Amino acid sequence: MSEYFKPLPKPTPTSRPFWEAAKRHELTIQRCGACKSFVYYPRDRCPKCFSDQLSWQRVSGRGKLYSYTVVRRASARSFADGPYVLGIVELDEGPRMTTNIVAAPEKVRVEMPVEVYFDDVTPDRTLVKFKPA
Amino acid sequence: MSLKGKAAAIGIGELKPVKEPGDLTALGLMARVAAEAIADAGLEKKDIDGFLVGVPFSDPGMIYPASAAEVLGLNVRMLNQVDIGGASPAGMIWRAAAAIDAGMCNAVLCVVADLNKSGDQRPPVISVQREFEAPYGNIGANCGYAMIAHRHMYEYGTTARQMAKVAVDQRANALKNPLATFNDKALTIDDVLNSRMIVDPLHLYEIVSPVSGGAAIIVASPEVAKRAKNPPVWLIGAGEYANHSTITYAPSLTESPVKPAAEAAFKMSGLQPKDMNLVCPYDCYTITVIVTLEDAGFCKKGQGGPFVAEHDLTYAGDLPCNTHGGQLSFGQPGLAGGMSHVTEGIRQLMGRGGERQVKNAALAYVNGNGGIMSEQASLILERRS
Ligand SMILES: [Zn+2]
Repeated sequence: MSEYFKPLPKPTPTSRPFWEAAKRHELTIQRCGACKSFVYYPRDRCPKCFSDQLSWQRVSGRGKLYSYTVVRRASARSFADGPYVLGIVELDEGPRMTTNIVAAPEKVRVEMPVEVYFDDVTPDRTLVKFKPA
Repeated sequence: MSLKGKAAAIGIGELKPVKEPGDLTALGLMARVAAEAIADAGLEKKDIDGFLVGVPFSDPGMIYPASAAEVLGLNVRMLNQVDIGGASPAGMIWRAAAAIDAGMCNAVLCVVADLNKSGDQRPPVISVQREFEAPYGNIGANCGYAMIAHRHMYEYGTTARQMAKVAVDQRANALKNPLATFNDKALTIDDVLNSRMIVDPLHLYEIVSPVSGGAAIIVASPEVAKRAKNPPVWLIGAGEYANHSTITYAPSLTESPVKPAAEAAFKMSGLQPKDMNLVCPYDCYTITVIVTLEDAGFCKKGQGGPFVAEHDLTYAGDLPCNTHGGQLSFGQPGLAGGMSHVTEGIRQLMGRGGERQVKNAALAYVNGNGGIMSEQASLILERRS
């Protein structure tokens, strides 16, 4: 495996379950026991109602592409190795996630249905990406 | 409680940005523009008793205001750093007015300067952005605005030609601004659309260029304003709002916090968008202007594309917009890019617009925008006859 030189997430006590689940190729996000909202990214309190009753729940991994861009010239050198599709996916459960769309740029459309794709970028770390459903 | 008419801008200092910083330092630039603004106001340095400063990206540090004040040799009754991104300069104006209105000080120096240390865009320093944005390449501002533009096109049918029109009209303004970085050649819509695609759907000429420079504004009490050299430009409305940092977690990509910020500013002033003689909306990208004009109420939501296409945004037009050229043509010297909208509003209302003077300019709407349509600070400025 070639060396991976892009930034990697450094899990915190708050977010560790998210990344551990991703490594098992499962998408789990937090849900608030008080207001029932799904929460992404991981928090210590629900950003909507401020309850601390957050628990982890596996979700469908399905959603639609809220918006995207094809980054042809990256601002960061670590991403200068060719165009990539950066997107915002809106999960069926509600929350939006920053992610990459694993598809040819010309196939990508706003509102297209997508499903989760786990990219094992290093032996330790799996990124949560999406592909056309 | 209201800040309406409680303080006025009475002096400005602004440098023509340079592309290469050479031997310049951010603190040195601050000293230059501070001296220029104090002299422009007809004051002396000892008259300055309040200090608001933006921390330069090129020379960052904590506990910055006292250090910068020491370099400038200021003795002040109020000092602070304003850290709301590109909205910082607009945010400084109402903060200065609030401190003056509270009786804490009488003449506030607001100053920003930065150097363009071109090169790699470093990953974000905020931990959640390092963790959930940087790994996917959501680094820097381009991507977020590109995603806003795509969504706006999807929801409202906004076209690439409409977005390009903003850059074209603002360039026409810049041709009359000796301080603008790009002021030697007019642009056409085709020029913009033929420039290199950087982040779909935004082309090179729709994106600000980082440069080096600085700017300063003196905000003063009514008593001090009476003895100023220039006609005072009064702050008569201000509003601020933020509801996200990373655009992914904003309630909407297409409806921004400009709306509550502008509503608050217009409410304080008792005026409406149609009363304005010119507008200076923060323009890091073409789409920023379109979304800002919609959310500030200059046109209906979603109609920003046709609106900029149908109106003449030049200094001689029916809606003079960023008559200095905007950052797109002026350049973005760090936070001084966001101060250029404020200085231009003040300059026009003082009647110092030179060849690009808007006729009978008495009222201006200015908006500062931080991050990815995150922090918003709207101002209504007035010259009283
Ligand atoms: Zn909740």
